[in-house]
Amino acid sequence: MEKMPKWADIALIPLLNLTLAFGISMLVILAIGQDPIEAVKLMVSGALGSTYGWGYTLYYATNFIFTGLAVSIAFKAALFNIGGEGQAALGGLGVALVCLYIPFPHWSVAIIFAMLGGAVFGAAWAAIPAYLQAKRGSHVVITTIMFNFIAASLLNYLLVNVLRPKGAMDPASAKFPETTNLPTFHEMLEPLGIAFSKSAPVNISLLIALLACVLVYILMWRTRIGYEIRAFGESPSASVYAGISPLKITMIAMLLSGGLAGMMSINNTMGESERLIINSIEGAGFIGIAVALMGRNHPFGVLLAALLFGFLYQGGGELALWMSIPRELVLVIQGLVILFTGALDNMIRIPVERMFIRAAKRKEA
Amino acid sequence: MTLMKKFLGAAAAVAVTAGAALADPAIIFDLGGKFDKSFNEAAFRGAQRWADETGGKFLEIELQSEAQREQALRRFAEAGANPIVTTGFAMSTPLSEVAPDYPDTKFVTIDGWVEAPNVHVVGFAEHEGSYLVGLLAAKASKTGTVGFIGGMDVPLIRKFACGYAQGVKAGNPDATIIANMTGTTPAAWNDPVRGGELTKAQIAQGADVVYAAAGGTGIGVLQAAADAEGVLSIGVDSNQNHLFPGKVLTSMLKRVDVAVYNIMTAGENLEVGFEALDLSQDGVGYALDENNASLISEDMKTSVEDAKAKIIAGDIKVHDYSSDDSCPVLDF
Repeated sequence: MEKMPKWADIALIPLLNLTLAFGISMLVILAIGQDPIEAVKLMVSGALGSTYGWGYTLYYATNFIFTGLAVSIAFKAALFNIGGEGQAALGGLGVALVCLYIPFPHWSVAIIFAMLGGAVFGAAWAAIPAYLQAKRGSHVVITTIMFNFIAASLLNYLLVNVLRPKGAMDPASAKFPETTNLPTFHEMLEPLGIAFSKSAPVNISLLIALLACVLVYILMWRTRIGYEIRAFGESPSASVYAGISPLKITMIAMLLSGGLAGMMSINNTMGESERLIINSIEGAGFIGIAVALMGRNHPFGVLLAALLFGFLYQGGGELALWMSIPRELVLVIQGLVILFTGALDNMIRIPVERMFIRAAKRKEA
Repeated sequence: MTLMKKFLGAAAAVAVTAGAALADPAIIFDLGGKFDKSFNEAAFRGAQRWADETGGKFLEIELQSEAQREQALRRFAEAGANPIVTTGFAMSTPLSEVAPDYPDTKFVTIDGWVEAPNVHVVGFAEHEGSYLVGLLAAKASKTGTVGFIGGMDVPLIRKFACGYAQGVKAGNPDATIIANMTGTTPAAWNDPVRGGELTKAQIAQGADVVYAAAGGTGIGVLQAAADAEGVLSIGVDSNQNHLFPGKVLTSMLKRVDVAVYNIMTAGENLEVGFEALDLSQDGVGYALDENNASLISEDMKTSVEDAKAKIIAGDIKVHDYSSDDSCPVLDF
């Protein structure tokens, strides 16, 4: 036996990594003179102890599923799309324009057009770096980062000078009409007799995000184009030999990636704030990279990683709310999780793998 | 540690008996962070002064995401905190949604605008204070070129810039004003490195007095001005004269600390309404202390005091950018 069992690979190793990350986080909390046990209790009960906590955890997770999927699709084609932030911001603009300027009779119609608006704007924002990469060889990492700044500036300009209602001090668009407001879990579960917190922002977008996970899986592993994307990512030269066009694959992968990032805005812009605000993405595009890395670019892994980061976001928020722990510490915890599950993965993997192999050998002998 | 235990106790108590009256005030700091040496820190100082003087305690949180705005409001309201003070214009919308759900809790917005029977609105006449420091800048400048560095390009900062520009033109009608914004993301409120670079660029264009209205970014502006020969800076919100004594011409004071202190002192008996803090109430002003006494000549002092009296009397009208989204003397 040369490899460790599959369950150890996908469950045990991430669990050990997480335990290490949380262990060190607790030491840090201890070092600043706070009680780590209380802190963990507070994080868990704050994020998972009530429908209110779940509502926020799932709301954040929805954002991360979209951006995580976006990064993972590009990753499969060996493209490192760091522009999720900008693509999601532009997606927000698309969603806002659709919601503000098209009169919808009902949210169920509005959401389809808002998804299209967000996806088209997000994909368009990814198209230029993709084209530059495919045609000119300008590295997509550099161009997508730069496009994040252009997106932020564009949005700032539009919100301050064009979309802002006259006289308002807040750089944000007007409220979307009520017919575009998405049902929250509270409204969706009430007819079923399940009481869900009224103030939690989680909404129907979560179901769309889950559907997106399934569709991405089918696309990547059950269709021809998915196969081509994966083949191109594994070996560009071999795939060219097999008749796969690098231009076509680069464009398709990046358009899908940008479109998914843009669709994130149905959750935060249409579902939560119900208007376009200047800081609507707040790092979800970058968290998406960590989520994709942790989820090993597989939709199911992305889903789990997104839930974990949703938990960290919400639990961390509760920490800042009720303990005198500075907000920067929450970032430290998130950083440690990324460090251990992403960068230092082999530190655990290699010894554990050896242990399994040794145990297997002993059995044979 | 004891403070923390109390919070935890409170959290636990809330979990068991929802609606337990805590009646401690709470304060929610905006995304810039509590220790921005400027706007949020002024609010914190006011709250701290209240706590020191009365021995009272207050709940606090530094926001780290947009979705937390509503969350923090609801959590504090449900914990029975009263009044709940919020800083920054971005709290307006979440506040207008949350406030009707907690009619017995009094909310305060500083810089925001909410119309609700239980929301106290505190607004500052930043354009008037900026006018005064602009006048001083024009008088102190030898090159006839002065600079302005804002945080993000948002209407509030344009209000600062517009008042400043009017003051500069009043002091020297031929003066040139260079205005720059630090960035287009909220990071612009806390980017002293970029603030310093912009300052150097403005100095290269001839500016010898630079006014920073950029939160934590302003520290970089003040530093770069202090490092350069013959260049002065102007601080904002808090009195920042002491940061570089003799190098900071003055600071545009926005007495957020006084406002927060008064609100917390009033506590649950806070009279809800609209509180406009302008020059006449010393809600805004310019800072004069031993650190900048040598920089402000008698002549400058007379003319700025004269302008102040005239603004209070209504003889000088300082145009407020937010009243019609335009500025007569400065293009954005």
